[in-house]
Amino acid sequence: MQRELMERIRALMDKGVADQVLAWKRGEFFYDTEPAILTKDELGEMVYDSFCGPNLSKYLIKEMPKIENKILALIKPCDSYSLNQLITEHRIDRDKVYVIGVGCKGKIDVDKIRAKGVSGITGVDENGDKITVHTLYGDTTLDRKDVLLGKCLFCKGKEHRIADETVGESEDTSEGSDRFEMVKKLEQMTPDERFSFWRKELSKCIRCNACRNVCPACSCVKCVFDNPNTGVQNKAAANEFEENLFHIIRAYHVAGRCTDCGECSRVCPQGIPLHLLNRKFISDINELYGTYQAGECAGQRHPLIDYTQEDSEPSIVHERGNNG
Amino acid sequence: MKKLLLSKLDEWLTTLSETQRIILPIKQTDQVNFGVYAPGAEVSLETLRTVKSAKDAFFPQVENMMNFRSEGKSISVETVPLEEEDFILIGVRGCDEKSFEILDRVFLSDPFDPFYAARRKHATIVTLACSRPDENCFCTNFGVDPTNPKGDVTSWIVDGTLYLTGNTEKGEALIASLEDANDEPVAAQQNKTREILEKLPFAHLDLNGFDGDHLMEKFSSSKWADLSEACLGCGTCTFVCPTCQCYDIRDYDTGRGVQRYRCWDSCMYSDFTLMAHGTNRPTQVERFRQRFMHKLVYFPSNNDGTYSCVGCGRCLVKCPQNLNIVKVIKALGGDRNDN
Repeated sequence: MQRELMERIRALMDKGVADQVLAWKRGEFFYDTEPAILTKDELGEMVYDSFCGPNLSKYLIKEMPKIENKILALIKPCDSYSLNQLITEHRIDRDKVYVIGVGCKGKIDVDKIRAKGVSGITGVDENGDKITVHTLYGDTTLDRKDVLLGKCLFCKGKEHRIADETVGESEDTSEGSDRFEMVKKLEQMTPDERFSFWRKELSKCIRCNACRNVCPACSCVKCVFDNPNTGVQNKAAANEFEENLFHIIRAYHVAGRCTDCGECSRVCPQGIPLHLLNRKFISDINELYGTYQAGECAGQRHPLIDYTQEDSEPSIVHERGNNG
Repeated sequence: MKKLLLSKLDEWLTTLSETQRIILPIKQTDQVNFGVYAPGAEVSLETLRTVKSAKDAFFPQVENMMNFRSEGKSISVETVPLEEEDFILIGVRGCDEKSFEILDRVFLSDPFDPFYAARRKHATIVTLACSRPDENCFCTNFGVDPTNPKGDVTSWIVDGTLYLTGNTEKGEALIASLEDANDEPVAAQQNKTREILEKLPFAHLDLNGFDGDHLMEKFSSSKWADLSEACLGCGTCTFVCPTCQCYDIRDYDTGRGVQRYRCWDSCMYSDFTLMAHGTNRPTQVERFRQRFMHKLVYFPSNNDGTYSCVGCGRCLVKCPQNLNIVKVIKALGGDRNDN
C-alpha cells in the first residue's frame, strides 16, 4: 500500500495539486515513524505502515499561514473526525487541504510489545492476525490484536468522514467493543473508590503537557497554563489538588469538541488513561442530548453550544432520572 | 562479593527500611518509577528503564524552598529545613549513575545548591548492572559500562539471585550481613552482556564535531528546522531525562501566605527563561535546538568534554512523535553538516 500511496502522491504533485504532503517518515527503527511535511524530493523518506499511529490533523494548523496553494494530507479514518472538527472551529481552511484518506487496519503499539516482556526489538513480520517480532534475544510471535494501540480497540470504523480521495483498504478493529464500558465501571464505584482510582493514576502525572499539546481540540494559541499574565500559569502541580485540576479542566474545555481520537492516552509517558475523562463527558452528552459524535462532519454545532427549547435540564435529569 | 536470593529481597528491604528510607523502582498502575519503599510495595528491579530517572531522589520535580506567612501587617519568613536523613537508593542503572556526575557538576559548583547537596551526602547508592540492554540503549558512547556500574554498592541479578559488592565504606557496611558468594556467575554474565552491547544498533555513534570548536557551525545548521518539525513542544523528553536540570522558582498563593517552590522547567516550553523583553526563543525550532546544543555542545565545552547525555534511551522511548537525540547526533554528527 505504501508504494501505491507514494505513486499517487507523486502523480498529484506532478499535476500541480500541491507541492508538499503531510505524512510520516521513516525513523531509526521500523517502529519510530515521525510526522513530517515532505516535498517531492523527500518522498523517498515517506513511510506508511502499521506503525503510523500519530494523528496528523493538528499539524495542519501550523501550516495554514504558510500554504499558498494546497497541501496534501494523509488522514486515517479516525483522524478524519479531528480534521472535520478543526475545520468546524476554523482552525483549518478546507480549501487549502487535499485530503488523501489512507486505509487503516489498526496500528501497532510498540510499548504494548515491550509490555509483554519483549526487549531488544529489531524487526517485525506481519502475517495476518499474527506478528513475529525479531529481537536481539530471539523471535517472539504475538497476536496482532493484543498489541494494537488502545485507540484502535475502539475503532470508529472504516469510513473516512472527509477525503478528496482514498487509497488502500481499511478494517474496523473494534470487534464490537463498548467504549463506555470503563466509564460505566467508574460510575458504579463509590465516590471514594473513584477518587482513589484517579489519584493512583493522576499522581503519576509529570505535567509534561504531551496530552494537551497533541490534542487536536487543544488548539489555543496560548494556553492559560503557559501564559504568565493569567495568574494561573502552572508548570508543575504544587499539590495533589492542582494535579487533578489540570486534567479535569482540560476535559471540561474540550467537552463537546473531543472526537475521542485517543491521542492523549497514546502519548502519556506515564500511561494515564486520560481518554476516560473525555469519554465520561461524551457519555453524559449522549445521555442528555442524544447520541452525538464530534467531527462526524464539518460545520456541526455540538450540543453544549447549540441551544434548543427541547434541551433537557441536566440537574433535573440527574435528580429525577431521564424519563420525562 | 555477597549474595541474596531475590525471593528474600522483600525481607531484606523490610529490615533496612526500619532504619532508613529506601528509594527504588516500584510499579504503580503498570508504570515503574523510583519511589519510597513500604512493605508490600511492588518492587520491580528487573525493569530496565523506569519512566522517570533516578535523579528525582536528589532533585525532585517539585520542592519547597521557603514559606512566607502574613499576619496583620507583618510577614514572617520560614526556611525549609534541608533533608538531613540517610537514605538508600537501590536499582540505579549505569546510565542513571553516570547522570549524578553530570548533576554534581551543576548543583555542587558555584552557586552551590544546599537542597541537592544534602540529599546527595545522605544517600547510599546501590547500582544494578544491565544484562539485557534494549535496542535503543547507547550509554557506552558516553563512557558508561552498564555491566559494572559504580555507586557505593554494585549489584547484578543472575538467575534469581542478587549479587552485591561494596565499593565504599558505607556500601560495605550496608551489605555486611549478607551471605558471601563467589563472583563467577557475575563475570560470566558480564561477558555475555558485553557481546550484546557491541552489537547494539547505536553502539558506535559518531560524536565528532560536538564540541565548543564547532559551536557556531552546529548552531547555524539548516537542519534544525527539519529535525524539530514534528516537535509538539511538550516536556516529556526533558522530564524523563536523567541529566536535564533546569528549574523555575515559583510562588504559590496559599491564601494566608506564599509557598515558594521550585519545579522542573523545560526548554521545550514557550515561557522557558521568559524575561521582560519577551521570549528569546520564539519558535519550537530554537527551543528544540537549545535542548540538543546544551547536551552535546554547550555542556561539554564548559565541562571538560563531558556530554550531558548518558544514553539511557528514555527520550527515544517516550517522545510522543519519535524525535530524539540519536536522530540529532546522526543528522549533525561527524562531518555531516550542511555540505
